[in-house]
Amino acid sequence: MDTVMLSRFQFASTTIFHYFFVPVSIGLALLIAIMETMYVRKGNEEYKKMAQFWGKLFLINFAVGVVTGILQEFQFGMNWSDYSRFVGDVFGAPLAIEALLAFFLESTFIGLWIFGWDKVSKRVHLLSIWLVAFGTMLSAFWILVANSFMQHPVGFAVNNGRAEMNDFFALITNGQLLVEFPHTVLAAYATGAFLVTGISAYKLLKKQEVSFFKKSFEIAAIVGIISSIGVAVAGHAQAQYLVGTQPMKMAATEALWGKSGDPAPWTVWANIDPVNKVNTNEFQIPYMLSFLSYSKFSGEVKGMNQLQAEYEQQYGPGDYIPPVRTTFWSFRIMVLAGTLMIVLGLYAMYLMWRKKMDRPNTWFMRFMLWGLLLPPIANTAGWIMTEIGRQPWTVFGLMQTKDSVSPNITSGQVLFSVISFTTIYAILGAVLVGLFIKVIKQGPYNMDQDHGQPHDPYNKGVGPHVS
Amino acid sequence: MSLNELWFLLIAVLFVGFFFLEGFDFGVGMQTQLLAKNDSEKRVLINSIGPFWDANEVWLITAAGAMFAAFPEWYATLFSGFYIPFVFALLALIARGVAFEFRGKRDSQAWKKTWDACIFFGSLLPPFLLAVVFASFIKGLPIDADMQMRAGFTDIVNVYTVLAGVAVVMMCLVHGLMFTTLRTTGDLQLRARKLAQKLLLPLGALLVAFVVMTYYMTDIFEQRGTWLLIIIILGIAAYVAAGYFMTKEKDSWAFGMTGAVFALSVASIFVGLFPRVMISSIDQAFNLTITNAASGHYSLKVMTIVALTMLPFVLGYQIWSYFIFHKRIHEKEHLEY
Repeated sequence: MDTVMLSRFQFASTTIFHYFFVPVSIGLALLIAIMETMYVRKGNEEYKKMAQFWGKLFLINFAVGVVTGILQEFQFGMNWSDYSRFVGDVFGAPLAIEALLAFFLESTFIGLWIFGWDKVSKRVHLLSIWLVAFGTMLSAFWILVANSFMQHPVGFAVNNGRAEMNDFFALITNGQLLVEFPHTVLAAYATGAFLVTGISAYKLLKKQEVSFFKKSFEIAAIVGIISSIGVAVAGHAQAQYLVGTQPMKMAATEALWGKSGDPAPWTVWANIDPVNKVNTNEFQIPYMLSFLSYSKFSGEVKGMNQLQAEYEQQYGPGDYIPPVRTTFWSFRIMVLAGTLMIVLGLYAMYLMWRKKMDRPNTWFMRFMLWGLLLPPIANTAGWIMTEIGRQPWTVFGLMQTKDSVSPNITSGQVLFSVISFTTIYAILGAVLVGLFIKVIKQGPYNMDQDHGQPHDPYNKGVGPHVS
Repeated sequence: MSLNELWFLLIAVLFVGFFFLEGFDFGVGMQTQLLAKNDSEKRVLINSIGPFWDANEVWLITAAGAMFAAFPEWYATLFSGFYIPFVFALLALIARGVAFEFRGKRDSQAWKKTWDACIFFGSLLPPFLLAVVFASFIKGLPIDADMQMRAGFTDIVNVYTVLAGVAVVMMCLVHGLMFTTLRTTGDLQLRARKLAQKLLLPLGALLVAFVVMTYYMTDIFEQRGTWLLIIIILGIAAYVAAGYFMTKEKDSWAFGMTGAVFALSVASIFVGLFPRVMISSIDQAFNLTITNAASGHYSLKVMTIVALTMLPFVLGYQIWSYFIFHKRIHEKEHLEY
């Protein structure tokens, strides 16, 4: 394999892995901040315990998120140096600002939150977690400024063979950013919320610490339903923006080869043949694609064949069609997972409204437990669609992926790093899941039993029993 | 001062800050194997850096981000050119970061030993590798006309760079020992101070050897002789003062002085480089400089405005957090990690 393929694999795998943890951090930070606010306002110790228990999961997750994030910053230079040279002027700034504005804030105040329970006042401690929550959001903002530039480059001019920034304000008001940021951040809030409802559902099924987990469930369910609906609304806006700026990605998402016709139907599923550029066994909903694209029930959408011809005229010969199947199916997986989240969230609201949370349906709680997997599935699918759908471009219309790779690294070097990183990430993933299960099983009221404090060996059933 | 010069200075400051701050927590990480006698001492050591190490590491991340934004060619040449060293540094930093969080979460000896090893090597490898990278900066690297660096093994790993690596690891250790004297009590504090005193001489020998080798191996004395001489004199003064304060048991002064030695050593690399950012061993014409490696004026201006507005706040709350956690740690109190 060549360095381009290997570097793409490394970037994809490390980014997807990193992005399992980022939304959980963003979402849990907000929930913990809400819980601690209730503690400070009401003085109820149970809310403090909630902040600490979910905080424990947050910290395990945060640690993995942070360490896997360092690689993200470094590998632009390591694997994609020609990309870094070409767009560093524009793309580097948001990354540097992210570190200066967000990372310092998060890392300093998370330290204060962990170690400050009895060292600073309640209000300062509460402020710390809100600043962490704000920091995680700020971090998302700046990284999305950078990503939005790759999707829809603005605020620059190409001089001396490289992109140079000429309008910073355009970068941070990029239309792409204005739809991508709410979509991504709300999805992160939903991720944290569904994690908490899922774990709470498990504990409620087991009838353990019912009051504690019922309260947790309710807070998270409210955040979950608001953010899930918000994600859908923002996603709709994002799709419409896509039609205007990256029509090829939209066409690939719909596996639309020829013109759509007017009004355009939405293809629910299809058997896609990218070689012969035809679909079979299509199942379509009339008018739907027009609505998705323009918020009205008329309007035509361009197909890939037409766009390919247009792009060849504009950018020269080449294949401008992204991997259609991946783009098509990842979009549908994302939408399906998002829809299920809204359905689960609405039903949870109904239960809470009818005050039936004390005796919830077992089957519903099982759904909620497995529902914690829905946001990560939707997040991953969404990013795959966004990034694969942009191919062959790294920066849409400006620079292609094959020209972005470092020319001075060998495939052997990249193979070594791919193996190293995937191995260590696999270990981290397994350890994290194991620790999550341990903390969840332990529950909120036995949290302080580990840490290697001296324990009585006779309690563990080893050695002779003395009675 | 031009914006290019300002950004070179800012990046230098970020690296100096990184080595000064994370230097001691790397050192403390190494002490978990070298100084601690039992698990509770290990935990005291880890907790002493608990509230800080993450923010300290952000200095490195910010330095790399600032390089990317202000000198994209430097960032691209550096990170692609040192591909394998950075893979190892990243693996070490990844393992170290999670180890702090993970090690206390299970009550098993094998579990703890595994993460302890991650903390030790994760604290030793990154400063070693970064020092190797910085030393080869001033020694010169095979960088061609296209700013591409194609270095062989011995371009990166040789007597000179390894010496720099060992010296920096030793500096982290001594600096970290002084930090330990500030945040612990009793026997641990005593042993930390004693070990620091013992290691001060070998550290001095390593630094002298590095200066002498630098004189013969690089051109930085020809370029910036006066500046370097001042730094060396200041460095010697700080070194002697560190030894003096250690024997007088004035630990905070001694900590300041070991930090000063560290800061001056890192600063000397940047002083020697300026106005170059990477030196080509093929042809001087291929050097990367603060001009030919930089972003455009507009980009630098935007970044300057953002940085100068935000920096007071960032520094303010970081200093405040050190103030909050200035008390010494006892084995008997609640330890988080």
